[in-house]
Amino acid sequence: MNTTEILFFFLSALAIFSAIMVLISKNPIHSVLWLVAVFFAISGHYILLNAQFLAIVNMIVYAGAIMVLFLFVVMLMNLNAETEPQKNLWMKLAGVISGGCLLMVLVSLVRQATDLHAKKAMTSTGDIGLIKNLGKLLFSDYVVPFEITSVLFLSAMIGAIVIGKKE
Amino acid sequence: MPIQYYIYLSLTLFSIGIIGVLTRRNAIIVFMCIELMLNSVNLLLVAFSKMHLAFATANDKLATTVGTDGQLFVFFIMVVAAAEVSVGLAIIVMLYRNTHSVDINFLNRLKN
Amino acid sequence: MSKLVYLIPLFPLLGFLINGLGRKQLSKSLIGIVGSGAVLASFVVSVLVFLDVKSNGASVVTLFPFIDVKGLVIPFAFQVDQLSSLFLLIITGIGFLIHLYSTAYMHEEENQHYGRYFAYLNLFVFSMLLLILGSNYVIMFIGWEGVGLCSYLLIGYWFKNNDYNYAAKKAFIMNRIGDLGFLLAVFWLIFKLGTATYTDVFSAASLAKLSAFDITAITTLLFIGAMGKSAQIPLYTWLPDAMAGPTPVSALIHAATMVTAGIYMIARSNILYTMAPGTQTLVAIVGLATAIFAATIALKQNDIKKVLAYSTVSQLGYMFLGLGVGAYTGAVFHVMTHAFFKALLFLGAGSVIHAMHHEQDIRKMGGLKKHLPITHITFLLACLAIAGIPPFSGFFSKDEILMAAYGKNPLYYYVGLGGALMTAFYMFRLYTLTFLGGFRGTHEQEHHLHESPAAMTIPLIVLAFLSVVGGLIGIPELFAKDAHSLEHFLAPIFAGSAAIAEAHHVEASQEWILLGVSTVLIIAVIVYAINSFKKYQADGAENSGVAKLLENKWYVDELYNAVIVNPLHLLAGFFKNIIEKNLIDGAVNGVGRLVGYGSRQLRLIQSGQVGNYLIIMVLAIVVFILIWFNDLTIVYYLTRLFKMA
Repeated sequence: MNTTEILFFFLSALAIFSAIMVLISKNPIHSVLWLVAVFFAISGHYILLNAQFLAIVNMIVYAGAIMVLFLFVVMLMNLNAETEPQKNLWMKLAGVISGGCLLMVLVSLVRQATDLHAKKAMTSTGDIGLIKNLGKLLFSDYVVPFEITSVLFLSAMIGAIVIGKKE
Repeated sequence: MPIQYYIYLSLTLFSIGIIGVLTRRNAIIVFMCIELMLNSVNLLLVAFSKMHLAFATANDKLATTVGTDGQLFVFFIMVVAAAEVSVGLAIIVMLYRNTHSVDINFLNRLKN
Repeated sequence: MSKLVYLIPLFPLLGFLINGLGRKQLSKSLIGIVGSGAVLASFVVSVLVFLDVKSNGASVVTLFPFIDVKGLVIPFAFQVDQLSSLFLLIITGIGFLIHLYSTAYMHEEENQHYGRYFAYLNLFVFSMLLLILGSNYVIMFIGWEGVGLCSYLLIGYWFKNNDYNYAAKKAFIMNRIGDLGFLLAVFWLIFKLGTATYTDVFSAASLAKLSAFDITAITTLLFIGAMGKSAQIPLYTWLPDAMAGPTPVSALIHAATMVTAGIYMIARSNILYTMAPGTQTLVAIVGLATAIFAATIALKQNDIKKVLAYSTVSQLGYMFLGLGVGAYTGAVFHVMTHAFFKALLFLGAGSVIHAMHHEQDIRKMGGLKKHLPITHITFLLACLAIAGIPPFSGFFSKDEILMAAYGKNPLYYYVGLGGALMTAFYMFRLYTLTFLGGFRGTHEQEHHLHESPAAMTIPLIVLAFLSVVGGLIGIPELFAKDAHSLEHFLAPIFAGSAAIAEAHHVEASQEWILLGVSTVLIIAVIVYAINSFKKYQADGAENSGVAKLLENKWYVDELYNAVIVNPLHLLAGFFKNIIEKNLIDGAVNGVGRLVGYGSRQLRLIQSGQVGNYLIIMVLAIVVFILIWFNDLTIVYYLTRLFKMA
């Protein structure tokens, strides 16, 4: 078992454990922090896959900006374990069973797809995740979607302001 | 790494996200679970892009840019997610202002 | 000529349709002409067919296939042979006379009810002809049911009187009990032989296919059918009640024709009965028991029609006795003579009732001799005929049956003779109370007494003539060699039975003695009856002991009510109030409530809560994935997954 594999399993375990903790934390602030941990673990996976640009963006945008926004809102509302609304036990059980069924079916589907079994994802090598290669493509082939993204952001900004404004 | 590992990881994270959506009543947590699901998909996209690269370079040493599209797609997803979060959180804040709660059970206007 | 046989039932059917549909438009005279004319036309054709059969022998006329499926063919065909042509004559002939009589008797009815009456009567004749003519048991059954229906309709003709409706229902239900037996017998035959056609069933090959048990069962079931239709113990109680109908109906349906359907049917199936000695004994015993039992009841009845009704039951018993001892010809002979004199008696009774303004109690009559001369004479002749005084018709037919019974078992003869003596007694009691002595009715009734119109007296005269001479076609060998023309005529029908049955011949000397003794006894009884009732005055004293028992008909109706009717009513009440209300209604309402409840519960799914919708969505995705990848591999991997875990 080489280093990459060790790192892969460690990061996977971290991601799954943190994700579960997001669910079972009573306090919303803890949930947010555990989600940050998940994002860091996923960024670690990106680095393992040599997708450095996405790893950085993920860390900055998700773990940084978005999660801070979440944290900000949670704290603004003064949410804590006491105010946390709880579903009743049966609804929780139903939700877990439904999700479990979905997972089971999807996993069996993947196991059924035998042509995937031999395929491997390139780790540590391969340059396509470097910012240079992505940038070339982004500003040539994908320049129009890129520009449209700015419009999307603008409209999202305006929308957020309009919604958040007091009447 | 075998691609299946990534798929299983993604599926697990995605399912945890779904379970979160189904079991929690706090709108912010539900929203966070949606982000979790988006991230699991992103991870899978990156893994698949590297899988395709591996497959392409095995046949053709010069095909070094195969799979870039997948990673760019992840980039756009992040962009959209950021925009979505800004609007979504605004809506949640407004909900809180009106009901003094973030309980999605108050969002039952569909019934009437 | 046989080709025209389809006309015979067709005329009454047309008459039924015209009178039934046009009962409000047609005038009374037109209705009478159509109704009687239809039967007269049938009679004319019947005579032609009869002559044709007499010279050319039997034939089967197939009209169209009635049921034609794989393994079972039942044609709508007519059996034109000696037996059916004889019955055709009886039914259409007497039927016509009674139709004619009815035009006068029913003249006071309203126009539309008059039309309804003739429509029913024509429908009855049609059904009866179908019963007689059918070439298989299924067609016979159609007619069998048809006459039952018409009987019901005509008994309840005056439907505003609830007692009459009750009598009609009683007749119908009693007949249904018998019909069930008939139907089962037909099913049995079809099941065993795949056919119900007489010629096929009675062929030697088919008969060989039937085991002794089959034949006994079939004949017994058929006899149950005959019990209902021909009013034998235990299903006889409907016939006296059936007197609720108009008197000509009683004459036609409940004396002359319909009630003899059972005898016709057994005579038709004679070969089966000859092959089943057990059933034959049963028929003989039931017939004899009915004959004697009904005669005892008739001794003490005071309603003129009730006496005649019990007399009919009793005479039918004699016919069954004849069938039971193998004297098929005798039974058919007695059907014929009985049709003559019993129709005459009923019509005479009708004439009396007509004159007495619907008074039926013989205790309030008397001395009608001088007011109703024609009715008196014809009635007297009929009484002599039924009592069995030589040379009237009843003597010959009854003698033939009793002699055959003596041959089979002398005990039958003695009991039968007892019944015959009682017959003579009650008939002359009836005659004396009605026509002799002084008038016991009200003064006003006496003032209005009158002889009936010609339309009523002509049938009386014709029937009286037939009652007197009708016996001459069956003169026993004792008096003249080969003079029994009826036996010769019917011989082909009963040839199969004659070949199997062992003949019982009574010594000529013994027969002379029996005849002489019985005749003397009957005359003695008649004289006694006339003497004891000539000076009769209603004393108002209650009968007691046996007389009371007889007056109340042995309490058979009460017995049936207590044993069968009331428990059934209780059961029906139980079903109605408990089962129907709780079980059936409960089930129906329960389904409704379940659907309502289910809907209300199902409605709760639409809670408006996003979370619930999401769960359902996820489950739907799971289901859709399972459906899309609907092959066993996914199941295989699912099981693997569990094994792994």
